[in-house]
Amino acid sequence: MNIRVSDISTNAVGRIGIERISISLGAGLDALEAVRDLDLEVSPGEFVCVLGPSGCGKSTLLGALAGHLPVMDGRLTVDGQLVGGPSPDRGIVFQQHTLFPWKRVRDNVAFGPKMRGVGRAERYRAADEILRLVGLAGFEQFYPSQLSGGMQQRVEIARVLINRPRVLLMDEPFGALDAQTRSMMQEVLLDVWTRIPTTTVFVTHDIEEALFLADRVIVMSARPGRVIDDIRLPFVRPRQSELVTESEFVRLKRQILDLLRHPDNPPPLARLSPLGVN
Amino acid sequence: MAAGRAVHWLPGARWFVRALSIFGCIALWQLASSLHLNLGVVTFRNVPPPNEVVQSAIVLLKSPKLMAHVGSSLWRVFAGYGAAVVFGIAFGFAIGRSRAASDLLLPPLELLRPIPAVAWIPLSILIFPSSEMSMIFITFLGALFPIILNTVHGVANVDRRLIASARSLGGTPAAILREIVLPGAAPSIVTGLAIGMGTSWFCLVTAEMISGQFGIGYYTWEAYTLQNYADIIVGMLVIGLLGMGSSWLLTTLGRYLMPWQRPVVTR
Repeated sequence: MNIRVSDISTNAVGRIGIERISISLGAGLDALEAVRDLDLEVSPGEFVCVLGPSGCGKSTLLGALAGHLPVMDGRLTVDGQLVGGPSPDRGIVFQQHTLFPWKRVRDNVAFGPKMRGVGRAERYRAADEILRLVGLAGFEQFYPSQLSGGMQQRVEIARVLINRPRVLLMDEPFGALDAQTRSMMQEVLLDVWTRIPTTTVFVTHDIEEALFLADRVIVMSARPGRVIDDIRLPFVRPRQSELVTESEFVRLKRQILDLLRHPDNPPPLARLSPLGVN
Repeated sequence: MAAGRAVHWLPGARWFVRALSIFGCIALWQLASSLHLNLGVVTFRNVPPPNEVVQSAIVLLKSPKLMAHVGSSLWRVFAGYGAAVVFGIAFGFAIGRSRAASDLLLPPLELLRPIPAVAWIPLSILIFPSSEMSMIFITFLGALFPIILNTVHGVANVDRRLIASARSLGGTPAAILREIVLPGAAPSIVTGLAIGMGTSWFCLVTAEMISGQFGIGYYTWEAYTLQNYADIIVGMLVIGLLGMGSSWLLTTLGRYLMPWQRPVVTR
């Protein structure tokens, strides 16, 4: 019902509709409300970064979008279809890679096509092509444990994008990397995103990362998470690393920093995961 | 030379010391048994010296008896252990993956688990009309529990993030079982297989000593009753070699089936 005629005619997919959703984690007395009455709409092809204090429910929101966590209340749709469970249409990348240790890089990336019943030659060809795109040509035969953290996340991104998902969900994917690798990975991601335009919801608590990557930054409050600001970024693409020193960038950074330091925001809570309470 | 205190031996020198150690033990044994050494608590009066053991071993190697004994022991381990592998892994998967199967299968298994397999020998002789079947049963029991428990452990501890990821990539339940749970549990299953192999041989030798007519355990016990004392030690050594061979087989199989465990850097 949310599909618009213009979407169909321009072949734009990946519209996310989040309507007054509430998500609870755990059961009984341990239950906690991670997200309450959240409203958000993401347009096809948009790159949205979600910022917020630790434990504000931003990862929980991502887990619900991926279909790993059930929504208690409200509606969650992608291109008008209710999110019912995990699907290759909604690819998710976690902070710690989830590559299959027993599969070589090529087989990890070809897992999605294999599940769709694509033949070996065809899926390997597709895997090698997308691995080249993320800069990993020559590493097809490696096992994940033989790669560095940054390379593992590139494989992870390739493995999700080979399914040509409607939306790409990323939960602090570069949070565990060192600063230098992280900034390199941000450029790799933007490069791939330009070649395979996909609606992206990227959760982070690094303000600079959000400002560098996104079309739009959503700032969430502490738990139960609500949207407290929605900022459209004026920066042109392609973006260079010099962007972080521009005055408008610095001004927005200070604005968000003040927002997150607001006295209404209580001290940080325990970190939540997109798969529920750990 | 570096400032460290460690002495850097030549690799050859280390092997020489190791060989010397084994040689020293044999020499002590030779000395103790040829002197009929009596230490009060333990006596070497009836212990044959190594040279006699070597002679007996050569005699056994040349006789057709060896193949008959080793052959029937190997067959029993193959049958009993093989059945334990099939049942153990199947039960382990069911218990580890399904709450219903766990409730149904686990209570009786937990009740039977503390009973050592060897304690089953009298009852199994009563249950099975042929002593062959009762020995195979004891071998089966010995291997069953370590294999079930390690399989359950492996299956239940597969990283749930990997399963979530596989579901997000379009994996069906059957595909996830085959492509994620099985390889994820494999290291633990192989550990169970190795432990099970050890207990399997232990139980078999005991069962053969009690009710066998052939088999390497029977051979060892027969040597004692016939007072061929050198043959006792030959039997012990053959049992040791068989155990070593089967655990080598398992390690090699494990390495072949799980190449990701010891990745070869191809750079």
